[in-house]
Amino acid sequence: MASQAARLKVSDMGGVSLVEFADRKILDELCIHEIQEELAVVVDKQSAGNLLLSFKNVEHLSSAALGMLITLKKKVEEKKGRLKLSDINPQIFEVFKITRLNKIFDIHPSQEKARASFQES
Amino acid sequence: MREFKEITVENDLAAAKKPEELILREVVANGYCENAAFAIKLALEEAITNAFRHGNKCDPGKHILVRYRVTHEAVEIEVSDEGEGFCPDEVPDPTQPGFIDRPHGRGIMLMRAYLDEVEFGGSGNCVRMVKFNR
Repeated sequence: MASQAARLKVSDMGGVSLVEFADRKILDELCIHEIQEELAVVVDKQSAGNLLLSFKNVEHLSSAALGMLITLKKKVEEKKGRLKLSDINPQIFEVFKITRLNKIFDIHPSQEKARASFQES
Repeated sequence: MREFKEITVENDLAAAKKPEELILREVVANGYCENAAFAIKLALEEAITNAFRHGNKCDPGKHILVRYRVTHEAVEIEVSDEGEGFCPDEVPDPTQPGFIDRPHGRGIMLMRAYLDEVEFGGSGNCVRMVKFNR
């Protein structure tokens, strides 16, 4: 069952919330603030939330968006959940590599591989 | 030699989209590749956000000045705010332990990574950025 928020599409995949972004550009602070609020609602609804963020529609990402992801990771882990990222295009993956955030985020090439890794661990 | 163009916008992130649009239009028209356009857009976004938030302290009464020149050889951009400036050397390295899980402090690093030249002038309230067309 998928629900459509203004900036996110959220689907339940058997204990894992799959979140897809409606925006192709996650750059400015207003957009990021709204995404952050919608993500907080998703996390709050979960009892022990596992969250998968798919970036398949995303073409641009700013440092403020990276900050939002770090805050989200902490929030998910406070609830004993796990956050995974998937479908990051090469240009955006380079942003993660430059900032070395690829070392602290669990990043998978596809939704399928990310979903499988939730079951493995 | 082509002259610099200048645009001053109110200290408002929506208003600051205007110079970004104008510059990117010229970047595309001058035949820069997709990766270069990505880099310029990202760096501009970071510079303008820094000017809005850290320089002008979100004060709607202040302004952001953007000067730019786009040629086939290079894109040169200067973003200035009305703040007191800062010392870029005092900004901690966000990749170091103790800083990597902080949500802020990566804008300057990304600007330096994606552009060929990044210099801070004035009292630190003006950033000059260059991307060469390769």
